Amino acid sequence: MAQEQQVVEAVEVKTQEVAARKRRVAILRTIGLVVGLVILLTVLNAATHGDFLAPGNVLNVLRQIAVNAILAVGQTFVIITAGIDLSVGSLIALTGVLMAGVMQSHPAVATGLLLAIAVGLGTGAGAGLIDGLPVVKFGLPPFITTLAMMLMARGLAFLYTHGQPIEIDNQAFNFLGSGFILPSLGRLFGIPGIPMQVVIMLVIVLIGAYILTQTRFGRYVYAIGGNEEAARLSGVNVFGVKLGVYLISGALAGVASLLLAARLNSGVPQSGQGYELQCIAAVVVGGTSLMGGRGSIGGTFVGALLIGMLYNVMNLLGVQSYAQDVVLGAVILLAVLLDQLRRQYLTS
Amino acid sequence: MPATIEPFVAVHDIAKAYPGVQALDGVSLDIFPGEVHALVGENGAGKSTLVKILAGAVRPDRGTILITGKPVSLLSPRQAELLGIAVIYQEFNLVPYLTVGENIMLGREPTRGLSIDWKELRSRAAATLASLGVELPLNTEVRRLSVAQQQMVEIAKALSTQARVIVMDEPSAALTGDEVLKLFEIIRTLKAKGVGIVYISHRLEEVFAIADRITVFRDGHHVKTDVTAAFTTDDLIKLMVGRSLAAHFPQLPPDPPREHTLLCVRNLTMPGRIDDVSLDVYPGEIVGLAGLVGSGRTSLLRGIAGADPVAAGSIMLEGDILHLRGPHDAIAAGIAFVTEDRKTQGLILGMSVRENVTLPHLDEFVHYGRIDRREETASVANLATELHIRTPSLEQLVRNLSGGNQQKVVLAKWLLEKAKFICFDEPTRGIDVGAKAEIYELMVQLVKSGTGILMASSEMPEVLGMSMRIAVMHQGRIVHVFNRGEATQEAIIRYATGSEPV
Repeated sequence: MAQEQQVVEAVEVKTQEVAARKRRVAILRTIGLVVGLVILLTVLNAATHGDFLAPGNVLNVLRQIAVNAILAVGQTFVIITAGIDLSVGSLIALTGVLMAGVMQSHPAVATGLLLAIAVGLGTGAGAGLIDGLPVVKFGLPPFITTLAMMLMARGLAFLYTHGQPIEIDNQAFNFLGSGFILPSLGRLFGIPGIPMQVVIMLVIVLIGAYILTQTRFGRYVYAIGGNEEAARLSGVNVFGVKLGVYLISGALAGVASLLLAARLNSGVPQSGQGYELQCIAAVVVGGTSLMGGRGSIGGTFVGALLIGMLYNVMNLLGVQSYAQDVVLGAVILLAVLLDQLRRQYLTS
Repeated sequence: MPATIEPFVAVHDIAKAYPGVQALDGVSLDIFPGEVHALVGENGAGKSTLVKILAGAVRPDRGTILITGKPVSLLSPRQAELLGIAVIYQEFNLVPYLTVGENIMLGREPTRGLSIDWKELRSRAAATLASLGVELPLNTEVRRLSVAQQQMVEIAKALSTQARVIVMDEPSAALTGDEVLKLFEIIRTLKAKGVGIVYISHRLEEVFAIADRITVFRDGHHVKTDVTAAFTTDDLIKLMVGRSLAAHFPQLPPDPPREHTLLCVRNLTMPGRIDDVSLDVYPGEIVGLAGLVGSGRTSLLRGIAGADPVAAGSIMLEGDILHLRGPHDAIAAGIAFVTEDRKTQGLILGMSVRENVTLPHLDEFVHYGRIDRREETASVANLATELHIRTPSLEQLVRNLSGGNQQKVVLAKWLLEKAKFICFDEPTRGIDVGAKAEIYELMVQLVKSGTGILMASSEMPEVLGMSMRIAVMHQGRIVHVFNRGEATQEAIIRYATGSEPV
C-alpha cells in the first residue's frame, strides 16, 4: 500500500515536472515568435519609410482582411472535420445580389435592413446545408458537393441579376460595410474611428474561437476530424456536427457578403471570385491541417493577417500586382513547409 | 516421397521477437516441390509471422533460409518473388479497376516499343488461366468478380511469376463449400506442376482433405511435423492448444443469481454477418464469446452497441426494448463498447488523454454551453490514478502512449460514467502481461458491482480464464453455450470449427 502510494506520488511529481517543462517551452516559443514578429514589423516599417505601421495603414490592412478572415473562420470549422468548402466565394455573390434585391423591393430602411440580413444569412446557411447533406447522408466528398454549389450559386447570381449589379441605397446597410464608430477614439490616432467591418470581423473571430475551444460542438469538430469512426462509437452525433460546420461556413459567407456589398454599395454577381481559395490559404497558413483534427481560429486569423500584410507591404513598395501573386504563392508554400518540418522535428 | 528429393524452401531455427512478444522461437519448415504442406496453430502461434518472413516483408532475428539447398541471406519482397515464393494473403493484392488480364500480368506487362503489347498480354494471361483449368473473362474488371474468382486471379498471378512455392493464408475463409472444392482442384493442378503449397487454415477438415504433411505451431514454437495420416483431429487439436493456462487470471466471483436478465438478445440478425442470435447475460456475469475470425463475434457486439444496424430481432436491457439508431442511443441506455482496434475505432490519437476519456460523456462537464476543463481534469485524474494509466500528463496525446496505457484510456472512457453493460472485443490484444492482469482485475471489479460483460476474444486461455459462461459462434450463429466449468479448449475448437454437429 505504502509502496503504491509512493509510486502514485512519484508519477504526480513527474507529471508536474513535465507540465512545467512544457510551459517553459511554450513561453520560450511565444517569446521567440513575438521577438521575430517585432523585428519583421520594424524592418518592414523601415523599408516603407514608416508608412506600414501608420495607424491609418494598420486600419486599412484590417479592413482589407475582414471579408477573408470571416470566410476563413467558417472554413476552419469545415477543414478541421477534414472537409473543404469551395462554395463560399460564389455564395458571396449569390447572397449579395439577393440582399440587394430585397432592399430594392423594400425601400423602408429598417425593414429592408432586417429582411436583407435574414435573407443573406438564411441563404448562406441553407446553401451550407445543401453542401453538407450529401456529405453526411451519402458520403459524397465535400470537394464535389461544394464545387457543385460553387457553380450553381454563381450561376443563380447571374440569372437573378441578368449579369448587372444591383445598387444598394439603404444607408443603414451601407454603414455596416463602410461606416465608423467611436470617432472620438479614432481622433486620438488620427483616424476617422473604428471601422464597422473590423468590429464585425473581431466579434466573429472571438465567437468562432470560443465555440471551437470552449463548447461541446467545438470538441466534437476536432474529434470527428481526428477519427470519425471513434467519435461515432463514442456517441458523437457525427451527422449533426458535420452538417453544422457547413451551415456555419455558409452563414459566414452571408456575413462576409454583407460587408462586401455594403462597401460596394451594390450586389455584384461577379464578386467573390477566388475568395474560397484565399480563405483556404489563410486557414492553411494558420497551421490547420487539411487532413483534419488539428487547427485553431487564432491561427487562421494570424494567417489571414499575414496574407493581408504581405499584400499591403507589396503595395506600399510598389510591387506590380502580377508579381504579388507569385510572391504570395511562394510564401504559402514556404509557410506550410516550415510548419511541416517543425512538426516532424517535434515528433522525431 | 519427400526425403529423396531436395526441399524447394527450407527455413531453419527462425526466431522473431516483437516488443513484448516472442512471435517465433526456433521454428523450422520445409516445403518440397509438389507437396501441400498445411501449417496449423491457434491465433498467435506465429503462422502469420512466418508467412511474412517467407514473403520477405519481415526480417527474422536469427535462423537460415535455404532455397533449393542454397542459403539466402536477407529476403526482400522483390527477392522473394524472384526466387519463386508467392504469398496470397487474406486481403487480396489486386487492383480493382484493372481487368483480370492486367492484374495477372501487373508489373510484368509485355511491351512492343513504348506501348504495352495487349495481344501478347492477353494471350499470356489466358495461357496461365488455362493451365490452372480456370475460365475467367479476361477483360472484366476485377472488382466485378466474386471473392472466389478474385482468389483465382491471385493464384494465376502467382503462377505467372513462375512461383515455385505458393503460400495461401486462410484461402478458404471467404469461400462457400463448392468454391472450396474448386480451390482444391486448382491446388491439385498446381501440385501436378510441381508447385509447393503452404496451406494455412483453421478449418481442420480441409487440412485433412488436402494436405500431404502437417506442421503444428504453438506459441511461436514448432510442435510437430508429420505426414497427414499420422494425425487424427483430436491429436491435432491437442497439439495446437496443449498447454496449461499460462496467463494469470484473477479469481472470478461466483455465478450471480439469475433472477432478472440484464441483457436479453432475441433472434438478432444482420444479413451476411450474424443469423438469428439469441443470448442472455445476467447482472454481474462475464459471458465469453468464442469463435474463429469471421464467425460473427464482432458483428454481434457491434449490433448490441448500436455501431451497425440490425435487420431483425430485439435487444432488451433490464427489460426495456432498445431502439438503437446509433452508438449514442446505446450509450444513453448504459451500454459501453470497448472496440477491438483501439487505434482506428477506440481512440482519437491526436487528442489528449483528457479529451479522449471525456468524449462519450462530455455533457456532464458542460455548464451553460461551456466545457468546464477544471472539472474534466479532476475527474480524469482520479480515474487515471485508479487505473494506473502511465502518462506524463493528462494533456499528453494518446498517440504517444504505450499499447497497454492506450487500452486503459479506452477503458477509462467507459468507466467515467457507470455502464450497466460492457461489450469487450479483444480486450487485451497486443498489450503486455502486466497491463493484461490489471485489465482482468478491473473486469472482476466491474462484475462485482453488478455490471454485465460480454467479451469476445480469440485467445483461448482468456476465454476460458475470464468467462463464467462461454458462447461459441460459428458462421454467424451461436452454436453452443457452455456453462461454468463445462468448457475445454478442445470442445470450444470443435464447435468453433464446425467439427461438432450441432
